Amino acid sequence: MLNIFGKELAEYLSSLIAYIVIAVFLTTLGLLMWVFPETNVLDYGYADMSTLFTMGPFVLIFLIPAITMKSFADELKTGSFEILVVKPVSIFQIVGGKFLAAWVISVIAIIPTFTYYFSIANLASPRGNIDTAGITGSYVGLFILTAVFTAIGIFSSTLTKNQVVSFVIAAFLSFLLYSGLNSLANINVWSSLSPVLTYLSVETHYASLGRGVIDSRDIIYLLSLSGLILFLASLNLKRH
Amino acid sequence: MSIEVTDLTKTYGTQKAVNNLSFTIDKSEIVGFLGPNGAGKSTTLKIATGYLSPSEGTVKINGLDIHSDILAIKKTIGYLPEHNPLYHDMYVHEFLRYSGKFYGLNGSRLKERISQVISMCQLTPEQNKKIGQLSKGYRQRVGLAQALLHDPEVLILDEPTTGLDPNQIVEVRELIKKVSKDKTVIFSTHIMQEVQAICDRAIIINKGTKVADHSIDDLLKLNTGQSLEVEFETAVEDGIFADFDVPHKIKKSSAVLLHFEFESNDEMRPVLMKFIAEKGLPLIGIKKKERSMEDVFNFLTKPEKDA
Repeated sequence: MLNIFGKELAEYLSSLIAYIVIAVFLTTLGLLMWVFPETNVLDYGYADMSTLFTMGPFVLIFLIPAITMKSFADELKTGSFEILVVKPVSIFQIVGGKFLAAWVISVIAIIPTFTYYFSIANLASPRGNIDTAGITGSYVGLFILTAVFTAIGIFSSTLTKNQVVSFVIAAFLSFLLYSGLNSLANINVWSSLSPVLTYLSVETHYASLGRGVIDSRDIIYLLSLSGLILFLASLNLKRH
Repeated sequence: MSIEVTDLTKTYGTQKAVNNLSFTIDKSEIVGFLGPNGAGKSTTLKIATGYLSPSEGTVKINGLDIHSDILAIKKTIGYLPEHNPLYHDMYVHEFLRYSGKFYGLNGSRLKERISQVISMCQLTPEQNKKIGQLSKGYRQRVGLAQALLHDPEVLILDEPTTGLDPNQIVEVRELIKKVSKDKTVIFSTHIMQEVQAICDRAIIINKGTKVADHSIDDLLKLNTGQSLEVEFETAVEDGIFADFDVPHKIKKSSAVLLHFEFESNDEMRPVLMKFIAEKGLPLIGIKKKERSMEDVFNFLTKPEKDA
């Protein structure tokens, strides 16, 4: 698995994808946090990072599929999947290696935003008056959330040989699981189901982590969701 | 028994790509696996490598069953897939390192094996390029180098010479011959000369079933009939051979050149010569066309074989 992880990571870093994703992520969030009048921290006047943690997921919904769309779709298209499968590794190791590499790229994109914490802590009045617990929880949530999105991206990539199709499916599924379920829960027709839908929604658990109380149930839910999606991806690959 | 295929069947929908196929290959044997396109060769090989799973039946490699020991099998085989898919963005060395690590090779052992397969496959002049920059012949060598890296006991090559130019075909064949010493090799192709050039034995399949399993010499001796090319000095009349009483067919290439097809393998030239002499026809020569593996192949796999 480490071998595949290493090769995939090297491939991301030697192609443009990783750099473009990291640059776009940081530029977009930088603009939202510090420049755009509606959302920037300076005009808002409160020393918190909620802009990053509410807008971040929506940016990631588009960027993570861009990282993952190639992972299996391209191997299936060129046929190189065949030389990978006949190697003495299990399908789970292949999926795991590719998942980890793509996840690490998104984590690398997020890490520079740690500097925002120090900037805002210094801007706060009195200096350093900032909700450190909430921000830590939000970061934990954001990292796990990228794991869910990456798993969805990897799964979508096993569905098709076409990278664009894989991208669109991944972005849609990520959106659906993140905020779609919550919005569906608000429709009156199935109001009895709405607690279930809300519970299944990734956003619920992400928001709960962001309140600064790191509840193991939220983490377990999000991690097992990623695991389940990766398991489905492996099953799907076995069909080929 | 190095490779043992038993009652193998693979069904796609209602179509049987491989139908109740059984054969065995001994240790250190080089066997050609022949059949027209779509006969089920690749499917069989893909099942043996664990890429596909069979609908029924099984394949055993060195006594290990694909249903229970697939990971152990994967370690003992080297596989060159059809169309030789590779990572075009990787460098030759990078790709071989990546491949080797799957088999637990690393450090100096890996380095040593890589330089061995590179020189064995004559990749040395191109070893520092990206795979995508290589010509098809060199890519084929990279594929072969990758299959040989862990020194597998069993080598499975799926159409290793398809799409190469005639010089490259000869080179790749030589290469296969060279590397396949002390290895069990199964080698699929639809080119008959290839089998004649490399293999000890040929297994011919058609529509998923085995139609022949013979040594090359025996295959050539199969009763596939014969054809004689008869040339005359001046044009001969059409009906003149009507009372030639050996069963035959005549194809006319031109007014002076006739092709006689006989169903038996017995020598027909004296009989024909005698008949021509009796008729007083202006004969220039009779040439017997050597039966090639090609003809044997056609004979065994042509659709209307029973007709």
